[in-house]
Amino acid sequence: MKELIRKLVETPAPSGYEAKARELIRLEIASRVDEIHVDALGNLIARKGQVSPQGMKIMLSAHMDEIGLIVTHVDEYGFARFTTIGGVRAHNLPGGRVRFMNGALGVIGQQHHSEAKPSAFEEMFIDVGSKNRKDSPVRLGDVAVFERPFTEMGDRLVAKSMDDRIGVAVLIETLRQLDSTPHEIYCVFSVQEEVGLRGATTAAFGIDPHLGLAVDVTGTGDTPKDVKMDVSLGKGPAVKVRDGGMLTDPRVVSWMSHTAEKARLPYQLEILEYGTTDARVMQVSRAGMPVGCLSIPCRYIHSPSEMVDYGDVQNAVRLMSALLSAPIDLG
Amino acid sequence: MNNVPTIANVQMKLLERLTNACAVSGDENEVRQIVLDQIRPIVDEARVDALGNVLATKRGQGENRLRVLLAAHMDEVGFIITHNDDSSFFRFETVGGIDARYLAGKPVLVGKEHIPGVIGAKPVHLTSSDERRQSITVDALRIDVGPGNGSKVKTGDRATFATSFTRLGPSLRAKALDDRLGVATLIELVRHAPANIDLLAAFTVQEEVGLRGAGVAAYAFDPDLAIILDSTPAHDLPAWDASENTRYNTRLGAGPAIYVADRGTLYDTRLVRHLVETAEAGGIPYQIRQPGGGGTDAGAVHKQRAGIPSVSVSVPGRYPHTPAGVARLSDWKNTLALVHAALARLEPRLLSPDDKS
Amino acid sequence: MNEILPFLKKLISSSGLSGNEAPVREMISEHWQPIADEVSVSRLGSLHALKRGTLPEPRPSLLIAAHMDAIGMMVTSVVGEFLHIAEVGGIDARVLPGQLVIVHGRKELPGVIAQPPAHLLPPEERNGPVALSNLLVDTGLTAPEVARLVRAGDLVSFAQSPIELSKDTLAGHTLDNRASVAALTTCLQLLQKRLLDWDLWAVASSQEEETLGGAATSAFQLRPSLAVAVDVTFGSGPGTPSHRAYELGNGVILCMGPNIHPALHKTFKELADRLEIPYKVEVTGPHSGTDAYAMQVAADGIPTMLIGIPLRYMHTPVEVVSLKDITRTGRLLAEFAASLDAEFMNKLAWE
Repeated sequence: MKELIRKLVETPAPSGYEAKARELIRLEIASRVDEIHVDALGNLIARKGQVSPQGMKIMLSAHMDEIGLIVTHVDEYGFARFTTIGGVRAHNLPGGRVRFMNGALGVIGQQHHSEAKPSAFEEMFIDVGSKNRKDSPVRLGDVAVFERPFTEMGDRLVAKSMDDRIGVAVLIETLRQLDSTPHEIYCVFSVQEEVGLRGATTAAFGIDPHLGLAVDVTGTGDTPKDVKMDVSLGKGPAVKVRDGGMLTDPRVVSWMSHTAEKARLPYQLEILEYGTTDARVMQVSRAGMPVGCLSIPCRYIHSPSEMVDYGDVQNAVRLMSALLSAPIDLG
Repeated sequence: MNNVPTIANVQMKLLERLTNACAVSGDENEVRQIVLDQIRPIVDEARVDALGNVLATKRGQGENRLRVLLAAHMDEVGFIITHNDDSSFFRFETVGGIDARYLAGKPVLVGKEHIPGVIGAKPVHLTSSDERRQSITVDALRIDVGPGNGSKVKTGDRATFATSFTRLGPSLRAKALDDRLGVATLIELVRHAPANIDLLAAFTVQEEVGLRGAGVAAYAFDPDLAIILDSTPAHDLPAWDASENTRYNTRLGAGPAIYVADRGTLYDTRLVRHLVETAEAGGIPYQIRQPGGGGTDAGAVHKQRAGIPSVSVSVPGRYPHTPAGVARLSDWKNTLALVHAALARLEPRLLSPDDKS
Repeated sequence: MNEILPFLKKLISSSGLSGNEAPVREMISEHWQPIADEVSVSRLGSLHALKRGTLPEPRPSLLIAAHMDAIGMMVTSVVGEFLHIAEVGGIDARVLPGQLVIVHGRKELPGVIAQPPAHLLPPEERNGPVALSNLLVDTGLTAPEVARLVRAGDLVSFAQSPIELSKDTLAGHTLDNRASVAALTTCLQLLQKRLLDWDLWAVASSQEEETLGGAATSAFQLRPSLAVAVDVTFGSGPGTPSHRAYELGNGVILCMGPNIHPALHKTFKELADRLEIPYKVEVTGPHSGTDAYAMQVAADGIPTMLIGIPLRYMHTPVEVVSLKDITRTGRLLAEFAASLDAEFMNKLAWE
């Protein structure tokens, strides 16, 4: 699975410009699903199975998009000013490298200032190595993502865009391993999650499922002087109880926990005090539905070096397969 | 009628009527009536929905027609009377985003009867220099309709700036150019709707207070794609230290502004490309609105139902949400020309997923 | 009472910033010619209208001054399509963003005052009110046209059209002090068919807002026996302390204080009582802030009186005045002029 993860995280696909990720995913899953279509906003929707008497219509969502930068102005010397796509943090940028969709590379610089606190985005610029505006390979409206290769450190995998390519990988691998299911499963590789869960909003409306599950990263509390959070790398995938945007249906929490226990898989319970996932908008689509989220614990989210534990990832695949293989009784 | 639309005296007079009319978010009737009078005779269907949106359909001819939603918002930012303080002085609040620094010393029109009033300010002689370094808050201001007129105004009445439309050489100066320019443009596009599409026109309400009308209009129409006609600021003023202004958003005179990204929407790249190609093929000047903050009705429209590919095009305007905005007549003409040409060149295969990038 | 309204609206629509009063002076002159014996212009641009009296020479004279100059702005530099401005007279810059103006360039150019967005302002000005020096005027023209039509030194007036809030109430800019010019005109009209003992000089003074120079020099030139200044005073309204302001429509304001000769104040009070013209008394400080301050000390000094007309929102383009207050002031002035006889100066005594 590591090669799949590497290909996914090294693909540039910021919110609104997900084509390259979409094409890669489509190739990976084409032989494993019954039907694929791309909807009006660019969500890739793959159906596997048909609803049977013991099954439900289930929507799974992992987002293809990552955070990035978009050029607002190229000055006469070729320096590009920018604004952000999604939750980019200013302190992650100076000195970092970015890759534009047309292949151009850039380094992020900042105006000189004497204060200790980090610059605002308005004081930064991207240096693409050109000497003036005419020679610049970038112009107003071009988009870029962090430039970092995938790397392994023992059991730990590090790359940019683990959020949420690792969730995408889990879904792809689940589709590979899932032999049979009583359910009609819609795997949605969603767009524009990072700018407000927009792809999942419309995909949920279009599919109108009975149950929704998101697969996304979550934070941990296991680094020095960290936030107080009972989730750690290496202790298994997390069953989300709540986050900054949603409360999981308790019956769903039970179902996911019991399934993990029956399958003897490690898992953690997650309460995240900030952030949210595609599950939030699935929950209030149309007349609403029970939702949950299977989370991959991740350190340094939204930085260029997001870190997950490979064991957690493999256990997430196993747990997802177990969840989808049998009828669901929410009691 | 399929001839190419133009801006002549008739259109200028209509824009004058539209900008001088008073229609604050939630109370859009004065503009709604003008719109209905203009479009009822030239569409197949027109109705007013539960929020007050005007929804009109002009069907095209031929098979496999795209259903295209065009939207412009009828409402403007303004004020609402909250309390009668004392005979002719009224407390008020703003409706929609207004910078309170624009309010002191301005005339207003109150209520359906357009009762004239003024937002006064303390005489400068009675202020201290410290006081003049503080902004005047809305809370400290009152609308004054003159002694003896207090009974003509009641709590809940809306009020707007009282600026009248006028030409300034190559430019126009008026209140509510955001978005009466869009409304006027949409009326002309309906008048000259090309035959290759079903044109679904939505004159929306309550854009300024949360895009509320546009969402339900899009849900009702369920179109194949949407083009939003709003107004976007031009911050193309000089910097205080003569440094380069890198955050101008758009520039007056540089043509219709095509959006790629704002705070509410990442615009469909196929539609952006279609507009750019149309402009270049037709020799129509255009500019790309700088990505960043702000938003249009597209923010609500593109997320409706199972998603609606959307793009926004604006006539750039300086000083929106103030007593007097300034726009260039040439930008208006070119916006109308661009959108009309883009509609006429629309084909269903534009929306094929293979092209989505 | 409504007859004064068309004249007043024309008055406030004529440009005439301090030091550049020519347009409004010509307008007033046209109206004063038929109702005075002689009209002339002083060296500082004040307008003098003489109604000759009937007493033998040397005749005593009364000077009534109402300043005709307006506050406004002046272009200091041209930057591309935009203009930088400075004030002429005292303006609270907080009322400027979004104001309609006229730039008096090679052509009259309507425009608007623009507040630049925060990122174009110096860091210390980004929140809170923007200083006048950082505001800009936008005429809607392109840069080449602006360069052709506007220069540093060109004047900029407020362009707010007069607003009739009711039959009796008018709102607009420059009611300070054209309301008083209208009152003085009413006085001349009422006296047109009457004979006076004294000479009467009606003076539309210049440059009050900057230096009081018009009143000072006219008083020196004309050497009247008595001088009366007519100016606006604070009308009650939001933000104005009630102990310093007067209700609109409740009558004329008769001032007292070091600028004013107490016997003159007493005379006016008794006259107003007799005519049943409602009035209030205002106590003004050592500097009344009006032409009275300058006229009192012209040459060897002149007994001076100050009459006030209540005005809301002074020095904004939405000043509000009661027309009734204007016509009452005009009538009081006319009756005062008509009451002056050969004995008056002897009776003007300090207690």
